[in-house]
Amino acid sequence: MTAELGLAALWLAAALALLQLALAAMALAGREELLNGVRPVAVVQAVLALLAFAVLIRLFVVVDLSVELVALNDASTKPLLYRFAGAWGNHEGSMLMWVAILGLSGACVALLERRLPERTLVATLGTQAAIGLGFYAFLLFASNPFQRLVPAPAEGQGLNPLLQDPGLAFHPPTLYLGYVGLSIAFSFACGALLTRQVDAALARAMRPWVLGAWVFLTLGITAGSYWAYYELGWGGWWFWDPVENASLMPWLAATALLHSVAVLATRDSLRAWTVMLAVVAFSMSMIGTFLVRSGILTSVHAFAVDPRRGAFILVLLALYIGGALALFAARAGTVQEGRTFEPVSREGSLVANNLLLSAILGIVLVGTLYPLLAEAVTGEKLSVGPPYFNAAAGPLALLLVTIMVAGPLLRWRRDRLAALGRRVALPAGLALAALIALLVAAPGVRLLPLLGLVLAAGVALGSLAPLWGRNLRRTPMFTWGMVIGHLGVAVALAGMASESAFTRETLVALAPGQTAQVGPWRIRFDAVEPIAGPNWTALEATLQADRGGAPLLLKPQARFFPSPPTETSEAAIATRWDGQLYTVIGKGDEAGRWQLRLWWKPFVTLIWLGGALIAVGGVLSLLGRVRRERRAAERLAWL
Amino acid sequence: MKRAALLLLLTVPGAALADSAMPAAALADTQLPDPAQERQAKALMETLRCLVCQGQSIADSDAELAGDMRALVRRRIAAGEKPEAIREWLVARYGAWVSYQPPLDAVTWPLWALPLLLLVGGAWLARGRFRRRRA
Repeated sequence: MTAELGLAALWLAAALALLQLALAAMALAGREELLNGVRPVAVVQAVLALLAFAVLIRLFVVVDLSVELVALNDASTKPLLYRFAGAWGNHEGSMLMWVAILGLSGACVALLERRLPERTLVATLGTQAAIGLGFYAFLLFASNPFQRLVPAPAEGQGLNPLLQDPGLAFHPPTLYLGYVGLSIAFSFACGALLTRQVDAALARAMRPWVLGAWVFLTLGITAGSYWAYYELGWGGWWFWDPVENASLMPWLAATALLHSVAVLATRDSLRAWTVMLAVVAFSMSMIGTFLVRSGILTSVHAFAVDPRRGAFILVLLALYIGGALALFAARAGTVQEGRTFEPVSREGSLVANNLLLSAILGIVLVGTLYPLLAEAVTGEKLSVGPPYFNAAAGPLALLLVTIMVAGPLLRWRRDRLAALGRRVALPAGLALAALIALLVAAPGVRLLPLLGLVLAAGVALGSLAPLWGRNLRRTPMFTWGMVIGHLGVAVALAGMASESAFTRETLVALAPGQTAQVGPWRIRFDAVEPIAGPNWTALEATLQADRGGAPLLLKPQARFFPSPPTETSEAAIATRWDGQLYTVIGKGDEAGRWQLRLWWKPFVTLIWLGGALIAVGGVLSLLGRVRRERRAAERLAWL
Repeated sequence: MKRAALLLLLTVPGAALADSAMPAAALADTQLPDPAQERQAKALMETLRCLVCQGQSIADSDAELAGDMRALVRRRIAAGEKPEAIREWLVARYGAWVSYQPPLDAVTWPLWALPLLLLVGGAWLARGRFRRRRA
């Protein structure tokens, strides 16, 4: 019965989305008395979508094998955590999570948003319902997660062992909250275009929602990167894989949007551009969903390759992105761009920020799709990978980071370069000192990592510059947010550059008792023993790492999962303040030696620490903005 | 099929082994004794696609084919071949698909011109936003 309950909830949610859309359309067409009906419908729709998702999770937890999806992706031998999280470790389940979060986003707007004019809010919820309808249809007609299987098998096929990791419980939901949360910005933009209310008030209302989605996106990408780093067993943390790119593109657009929203909210400028970015950001989320779900690009994330589903999403994409762009084209003429400003000004630096982020976004998008285009035109397959993305986007990213220091130190509207020069003298001096120190102490570092390290030093100091000479206790929370977010960028950059410049690698075959050297560490290989886990068996090596001081014990494993039959390697990673020691055990040979892969990665942890700091900065900005607006509203109520 | 073909290629005589005591397969997971050569080999491996994997380079794959290709790269680097010559050799046999670094040719020049096009186009779009500094 449970599965049918989920299916019924899903159908009802779809029906309510239709009702929500119809009510919104009629209300905007003049039936003012319907304006109040839209919010409650949005809330009930979300409750039903979440109920359907909860039902699916329950089916996975109790391993109800009479449901096809459960039989294909679940197994009673799996630990509880992976039965739970396995609900979204597949195509249908992850799409159900997608629509549940979409409904949740709409409900949050319906319950919390009080700043938008009521008509714009109703247009926003109408747009949200229109998006929801398409994806409900996709689930119900092309990806039904509640399909029964007769007869039910005795045991399920299990979950891809690469996904059997605590990361699965955290990374996809966080990423999806960010992906789909951006739908709110998209709906705000469409709503404001429909009611012709594009102004600073819209930006102030939109900002917390954009910040929230962006924080989740940042966390999701950071967590995904660390997961790939420790799970894949080769020490890489970013691969320019199409699916990674699919998550990076909305992040780039949302980052640009975050900054242009600030210009619109503070200076009432860049109106049309901000609305455009809001449309682009969620469009990138949908394009990402299409790329991943259609399986047209090879990737570890592509669960299901089904051209029919791809075509379905493609139609939805064309409908929504095309619709939004058409609306934009029809209304853009009526949107004033707002006030102008001089090139050397806070606005000017934010325009440069948007320009560079958009260019990087363009590079990632075109680079990801180019193999498809080229194959369609010439019939020959080609690959676009790290060498292209690093060379094309790397220099732009470094330029962007440099401008990031200058921006917060510039005044709005107009400023003088000489004054800016004085403000950045100290960070620039530190960067120069770092350059000299590196050239002397570590010659032979390649250009891009060298620039990265030098910039990271200057940017770290420069990002703190907005706090100089201020009373720190009276500094607004959103200023702290900006400073910490920018500092996080410098920290992450330092980690990336350090990893690229200073990683030491040793690949050896050792017999028990033998030792090897990697960087400053002396590694002794003690033994290999078989061990068993809940649903796997493994060979576990015991390594002792020593660089003076207490030796470390590391136990990398080579795991074997019987269902489905797969081998994975579980790296053993020791974190020290100055980096990580990363060890993997490979195959054994006839002579009793075992293949070991050893890496010493100085300061690699800064990459993810930086990502976390960026997210913390976003949270502080969000809280600071909400608090300030609440105070302003209270003051208004007093008058 | 591909793996069989590649194994055949690996046994083609001509390229001298780096270390005659070292069997060819061991080079899949053994660094070259010369650090400069190993750096070259590693850099090249990071830009070659593992043909049987899902979006992984041969430098980060457990697949046997990736191991065979790593051994091939190391052996040829040790024999003194230039990395770009090895890339061309592989592209000639497996097509441009094997190289993550797109070539610069009639099909791919827009890709390489893209950053410049985007920046110039973006700056042109943004220019209307600015007010001239009054004298």
